[in-house]
Amino acid sequence: MATAAEHQTARSAPGGTGADAASTAAYESAFDAAVAADERIEPRDWMPDAYRASLVRQMAQHAHSEIIGMQPEANWITRAPSLRRKAILMAKVQDEAGHGLYLYSAAETLGTGRDELLDKLHSGRQKYSSIFNYPTLTWADVGAIGWLVDGAAITNQVPLCRCSYGPYARAMVRICKEESFHQRQGYESLLALSRGTEAQHAMAQDAVNRWWWPSLMMFGPPDDESSHSEQSMTWKIKRHSNDELRQRFVDICVPQAESLGLTLPDPDLSWNEERGHHDFGAIDWTEFWAVLKGNGPCNEQRITQRKSAHDEGAWVREAAAAFAAKHGEAKA
Amino acid sequence: MTAPVSTTATATAIALGDDALVLSHRLGEWAGHAPVLEEEVALANIALDLLGQARILLSMAGDEDELAYLREERAFRNLQLAEQPNGDFAHTIARQLYFSTYQSLLYGQLTAEDGAFAPLAAKAVKEVAYHQDHAEQWTLRLGDGTAESHERMQRGIDALWRFTGEMFQPVEGLGESDGVNWEALHTSWTESVTSVIEKATLTVPSGPQEGAWAAGAGRQGLHTESFGRMLAEMQHLHRSHPGASW
Repeated sequence: MATAAEHQTARSAPGGTGADAASTAAYESAFDAAVAADERIEPRDWMPDAYRASLVRQMAQHAHSEIIGMQPEANWITRAPSLRRKAILMAKVQDEAGHGLYLYSAAETLGTGRDELLDKLHSGRQKYSSIFNYPTLTWADVGAIGWLVDGAAITNQVPLCRCSYGPYARAMVRICKEESFHQRQGYESLLALSRGTEAQHAMAQDAVNRWWWPSLMMFGPPDDESSHSEQSMTWKIKRHSNDELRQRFVDICVPQAESLGLTLPDPDLSWNEERGHHDFGAIDWTEFWAVLKGNGPCNEQRITQRKSAHDEGAWVREAAAAFAAKHGEAKA
Repeated sequence: MTAPVSTTATATAIALGDDALVLSHRLGEWAGHAPVLEEEVALANIALDLLGQARILLSMAGDEDELAYLREERAFRNLQLAEQPNGDFAHTIARQLYFSTYQSLLYGQLTAEDGAFAPLAAKAVKEVAYHQDHAEQWTLRLGDGTAESHERMQRGIDALWRFTGEMFQPVEGLGESDGVNWEALHTSWTESVTSVIEKATLTVPSGPQEGAWAAGAGRQGLHTESFGRMLAEMQHLHRSHPGASW
């Protein structure tokens, strides 16, 4: 097996276009060897077109989820019930915008642009996480999102810190640190509600009832229906299957729900001694696909708000560009 | 309930705390609506700084949540400028320019003497310098950007001008012993704002710095109409669960 340095040399060879079949095959085998050896692929390295396309799709969808994900929580900024909770929520929504920026930058290392990606989001050609198509109806939803939605995101994202593509893996290291902070804050907020007045406890339980199943859907379709999984695992973009991660998440949440003094809305949930895991009920995949196809409760509202923020901000971006051109600054 | 305005220091803390609280709330309304992602970060950042200042100031006067959530409109002492609706991005930036310049100068003066507000001012003055820079940079970009942005920036500058006179009415409890000179503050504010507006190729408004209400109205609990609605939204959840902790 070749050394890491040799892979590097082969992968970095210039002139990707017009290379003959023999050298393409050499790049390919160097790439495969680098991935097999758990080396990081970097922006200037040769990579298969399909690897590049798959990463752009996944990173863009991830970035879009951060940006659209600001909306359900921002919905409660002006109504947060204490100044401390308001500050925490504002900081969280700000972090999400920052995560979107990291991820767009990471995606840009693959030769795409933020404008292009936003355009694809606005026109529905690229997706974002289905979870953000659910409405935040009470204050407790903010806590439930922190606990369950951020919890599911972390379960999904921690393995991405070891993703084969360097810029994505490094972005995820930073993002996961902040996400786990948000997740603990969400848990703590739900705990305060659960231990609060009867009305607060009921509010927390209702939120968990509404967010539990959509959170399990965040892991994507079952393994036998997941179109990108196998290839992503071979390329080490993905490290675990959807169903493996979903199981891990359920196993983490059950004892947490007990500590919270809240129940999970699944009569089939039970410990399976033989498997060493919790069994759980069937997910409503009809709902999942409906939401993914644009027919969830808030799909239209989310995209409309995102587009209108972008469109109404066009004159501001034009002003900044015109100013920069007049004053010889680099375009912001 | 009524605010515990027992001492002049309390009155000062409430006036300055309400400015920061109310403006922070307005900036929080931008979340998810900003023209560019970098501004989502910047506006939330400024809102958070102001909320931090509000919490320190209101805690000097009593319980921060009681003061924020259980006072009626007539008991709030913030400047009318701080409560003005966001409008378009230029309107928000004009409000930021006027207010951050004021806050920067006021807190700068407060750090000079060893008064009750000097420690808060020493912390806040660093944050406010950033807010002021942000507002000035955007005033320049919008004023000297495109024809449309120029017109919008001028509209924002003009529309909010009548709320600026109130900033130079002395705040109860703040005077020379704290290092504050209101006349000097007014002069420096006018110089600073004039220079930015002119550099942005805009025109300094010529109208009076007061509206139909006497200058100082907000500080006396007399607010503009949108403020009651803002408070209704801000307070409704807290008020729906009396005595609850969050």
